[in-house]
Amino acid sequence: MNLNATLIGQMVAFVIFIYLTYRFVWPPIVAAMAERTKRIADGLQAADKAEKDLELAKQKVVEQLTSAKKEAAAIIDQANKRAIEIVEEAKEKARVEADRVKAAAQAEIDQATSRAREELRAKVVTLALAGAEKILESSIDQNAHNELVNKLAAQL
Amino acid sequence: MSAAEHEAITSSEYIKHHLTNLTYGQLPDGTWGFAHNGAEAAQMGFWAINVDTMGWSLFLGLVFFLIFRSVAKKVTSDAPTGLQNVVEAAVEFVDSNVKSMFPYKNTMIAPLALTILVWVFFMNAMDLIAIDLLPEIAKLVGVSLGADPHAVFFKVVPSTDPNITLGMAFVVFILILWFSITQKGLLGFLKELTLHPFSSSNPIVQTLFIPVNLVLELPGLIAKPVSLGLRLFGNLYAGEIIFILIAIMIGANLVLGFFGISLQIIWALFHILIIALQAFIFMVLTIVYMSMAYQTEEQH
Repeated sequence: MNLNATLIGQMVAFVIFIYLTYRFVWPPIVAAMAERTKRIADGLQAADKAEKDLELAKQKVVEQLTSAKKEAAAIIDQANKRAIEIVEEAKEKARVEADRVKAAAQAEIDQATSRAREELRAKVVTLALAGAEKILESSIDQNAHNELVNKLAAQL
Repeated sequence: MSAAEHEAITSSEYIKHHLTNLTYGQLPDGTWGFAHNGAEAAQMGFWAINVDTMGWSLFLGLVFFLIFRSVAKKVTSDAPTGLQNVVEAAVEFVDSNVKSMFPYKNTMIAPLALTILVWVFFMNAMDLIAIDLLPEIAKLVGVSLGADPHAVFFKVVPSTDPNITLGMAFVVFILILWFSITQKGLLGFLKELTLHPFSSSNPIVQTLFIPVNLVLELPGLIAKPVSLGLRLFGNLYAGEIIFILIAIMIGANLVLGFFGISLQIIWALFHILIIALQAFIFMVLTIVYMSMAYQTEEQH
């Protein structure tokens, strides 16, 4: 418990250990810690940036998807329209064709009717003439009464 | 714990034995050697050395340096592992303390504070080793070397030796003077001592104030290292004495022995706080004193 040279010994030792710490211990450890701090900060920044990039990419994907869907919808729409057009066209063509066929048939029918009527009339004239000849027993001059008979036939 | 084994020695002898340093110096007969008792050690005067506390102090200082140096050598900025975590925690702790208390630019303060914190902590922590363990080993070694078993003193806690604590405090004091003078100039430092707290615009009155100020300021300046060293010494010495007293109780009888053992454990647990706290206080006060040495008059 007496003060003695231990005091000086401890002072010298203390100074030496301060110097050793100052020279060999403190700088490398603090430098490493500062570097780690920087690296962590950089890493966090990079992560932030990556996150932002990811967000951007996601947004782009969504945009592209929407535009693709829109395009697809447009194409389908057009196709539908074209299909309807084609059907309409086909219908129109069919109707025209039907009309044409109907008209041709009608004309043929008309022709046949008038021909039949003509034939019938001619046959009726002949029949009427033959009937009248039988009734009048040739008292009628064919030439004199031709006009009358013709008139009769026309009325049939 | 050994008190029971040595019934020949009384309690007071046991205490005295534990509180005496192993001192090397000039013996009364003129030769150099180890003192045989406390009185002989006191007679040796200043030029003697406490081999036990000095040795442990140097050993613990080396332990501190080698541990931290081994980490500093292979320190990486990757994920730290093992010892590096511990060392970095200490460095980080010291660094934040220095940064908050010492706002000036000096790269020496932080290493100084780290040295104090860890070294003083190690020295204090020697208190937790069973009180008789190392002295008994020393006694065995001493006796085998031919020494009188009652003359082998061995104090293992360096901070219970005022030489050790005051030695560190005086280095801090020298640094206070050094930084005061380099920062403020010799004149500025003297002005700080002589023109405060009383000052006057009248030069004659001011001259009269100078001795008064000096009387007020000088004790404050000198009290810094003394209080710094004695605070650490006092706390650890008191703790050590309590360990010794409880150890005597253990030797008394079986009931007191068990009581003493539990007390020893409780006191050791409580002492962990003191160990860390005193190391921290020594460091903080050193930083504060350094900061005050840097502070110029205008900032008062």
